[in-house]
Amino acid sequence: MPRIARNALILAAVVSGAVVSAPAAAQNEQFIPILSYRTGPYAVNGAPYANGVADYYNLVNERDGGINGVKILVEECETGYATDKGVECYERLKSKGPTGAAFINPLSTGITFALTEKTATDKIPIITMGYGRADSKNGAVFPYNFPLLGTYWSAADIAIQHVAKELGGFDKLKGKKISLLYHDSPYGKEPIPMLQVLAQKYGFEFTPTPVTHPGVEQKSQWLAIRQNRPDYVLVWGWGVMNSTAVKEAAAVAYPREKMIGVWWSGAEPDVTPAGDQAIGYKSLMLQHGAGKFPVHADIEKYVYAKGKGSTDSGKVGEVLYNRGVVNAMLGVEAIRKAQEKFGQKPLTGEQVRWGLENLNLSEARIKELGFDGMLKPIKISCSDHEGTRDGRVQQWDGKSWKIISDWYTADEPLIDPLVRDVSGKYAADKKIQPRECSKES
Amino acid sequence: MLYREAGQFKTTYAEDMAIFPIRQDRIALAVLLGIAFIGVPLLATFHIWPFGSDYLLWAILLPFLILALAAIGTNILVGYCGQISLGSGAFMAIGAYSAYKLVTGVHIPLAWLSFAISIPPLPVFASILLGGLIAAGVGILFGIPSLRIKGLYLAVATLAAQFFFDWAFLRIPWFTNYAPSGSVNAPELNFFGLIVQSPIERYLLCLLLVTLMALLAKNLVRGNLGRQWMAIRDMDIAAELIGIRPLYAKLTAFAVSSFIIGVAGALWAFVYLGSWEPLAFSIDRSLQLLFMVIIGGLGSIMGSFVGAAFILIVPIMLNLIPAELGVPLSTETIAHFEFIIFGSLICYLLIKEPHGFARLISIGKEKLRLWPFPY
Repeated sequence: MPRIARNALILAAVVSGAVVSAPAAAQNEQFIPILSYRTGPYAVNGAPYANGVADYYNLVNERDGGINGVKILVEECETGYATDKGVECYERLKSKGPTGAAFINPLSTGITFALTEKTATDKIPIITMGYGRADSKNGAVFPYNFPLLGTYWSAADIAIQHVAKELGGFDKLKGKKISLLYHDSPYGKEPIPMLQVLAQKYGFEFTPTPVTHPGVEQKSQWLAIRQNRPDYVLVWGWGVMNSTAVKEAAAVAYPREKMIGVWWSGAEPDVTPAGDQAIGYKSLMLQHGAGKFPVHADIEKYVYAKGKGSTDSGKVGEVLYNRGVVNAMLGVEAIRKAQEKFGQKPLTGEQVRWGLENLNLSEARIKELGFDGMLKPIKISCSDHEGTRDGRVQQWDGKSWKIISDWYTADEPLIDPLVRDVSGKYAADKKIQPRECSKES
Repeated sequence: MLYREAGQFKTTYAEDMAIFPIRQDRIALAVLLGIAFIGVPLLATFHIWPFGSDYLLWAILLPFLILALAAIGTNILVGYCGQISLGSGAFMAIGAYSAYKLVTGVHIPLAWLSFAISIPPLPVFASILLGGLIAAGVGILFGIPSLRIKGLYLAVATLAAQFFFDWAFLRIPWFTNYAPSGSVNAPELNFFGLIVQSPIERYLLCLLLVTLMALLAKNLVRGNLGRQWMAIRDMDIAAELIGIRPLYAKLTAFAVSSFIIGVAGALWAFVYLGSWEPLAFSIDRSLQLLFMVIIGGLGSIMGSFVGAAFILIVPIMLNLIPAELGVPLSTETIAHFEFIIFGSLICYLLIKEPHGFARLISIGKEKLRLWPFPY
């Protein structure tokens, strides 16, 4: 029976796929998983970031022969920015390599929420640089979460500081209208409580405006903005939502100069599709911006010159590429720090967690690493898993991002009560006994 | 030769009405249940291949069981009663969020009556079942239009349920207990003092519930109610003429289906995800469940399991194969190939066998009966 034979063939193909063998791993390798998305509506932003991450790990292997001789072994898994696929990828990769995953880096706030409890059980740190749960700054409750360089609450505060500066002082904020156009997901909702606190403190009128995933449909939101005429629109978008927002703003003639994107809404793919309509659009910077720094020369010399680059060399130095590089560097430096304590061998997630919590990059060290001008010194501690909360503002001039502001530092005393409240509630819900940071070495 | 019921005489009515009248089927099922209930936990406890890590339990078996349960629920409505539904994801969400509200305690102040509805936090198990019941209630509500509209129009009405609940759980902060991010956390899984924590415990819990519910569903569809559903599905006017009340038949189908889907939703949220947002139950989930049912076989409990396995596991395997074979493809290419191959597999399957895997299985049984002397 040909039909049965064909069906049997399919069945055989399916069954043979089930036989999965574990690949042999060399012993002196540190495994680092990369959760990326190179397909779907967020691919335009996910791909350059993943390229930066992959290239930096490659650079460490090619230039230094690994981290103190321990080679980095990576495996990428496509999440499509979907939470369930992200969880599947995490489960797939968490115990690979000689010591399991060193840390995980989901680049999705939704996946971060889903993994927060799992990673704490599995003892694998979760690095969420510039995203993730804002309350996880509190390392006492979230020992395995590291929202390095800035949380959304810091971002919200920096954005409002910049608005105040443009208006000419915090007292000028009173009575002003500020809208938040946000991606309707944990990512977009995170800044809302902080903005409400700020609205109360400075007396501006705050209107959150949600945009449904994936964000290509924003007509009604922009009509509402046109009627409401807010003085500023903060954009908390990702993927196609960003460029759509810029185009829709142009369609209702809302001045792009009055739009401030978060640091995830301020890269080249967010503005280039809108063409000239994007001129004047502003966004926060997660410290670094676009451009090439000494580390890029190394990447070009050791990675691209050998044909091992993961993108075309023209894209090296874009905003999100650089963010991937910074993220990978911080992870590598955390492993290096942990090696000081645990020895120059592949480390477990628990050991890398110690390295992250004790990470301390001085200005000299950052210069040595080739990140001079991209980053400010960063120091992580048990009670502060964010490390530093500085940002600047950049503006798109039609060809490139221009830095238009000085450094802002988020107002820690203002943010901390909210961090304590929300993380305290999480600890109570989950019956977590917070660590006593004063007793940690 | 091996699979032949010749010589198996049925001497009582009970034997005649058994779910699996053929002895070989009973043996096969017993072996399957034995593997699932004893074999898998044993292998997983001692980390014997292929259970070297938790991956198989966490990322494949657990979601497979829960989605198979949801597929059974969908199959009752779509496959047995013939009411096309695009709202299965919404009913999963209702089950999940109701269970979450019940487990954290409900407080509704009714200021104008100077009165408040307060329900103290309920145990997890009761919350999951009550979550299912609430989903059943909502299912009945959204089933009412089915008395007037049929086919594609009904599909659109259930689509409305999907969008309404997507919206409600995203925008009404009461449902998420005013969580700032809109993402909620599952409670500790305490079942009568037993705390379900490890993947093996989670797996066993789901397996037990899925087995019980599948048995319940199978018996329902074999009984009076199931026959009414199928009569309505096959020709509603004829069914009405022979004395079946469409109101009762259709609404019970909506209720039973929504109950099962609601319980599956609560399990998906509590046992599998642990922390979730409405996107976990979006329209994609509804379509996924519908595809499971169509690929698995409309009107087949067994088909729901096979369909769930196919839709869930094949893409993951397509994704894993290149890496395991050592083919150096970028993740991007693999992801695209996954879509292309999986899509063409579905097309091929539906062209070759429009009735899905359930039909393939029954054809296989027929062939096996005649083997090795086909005529």
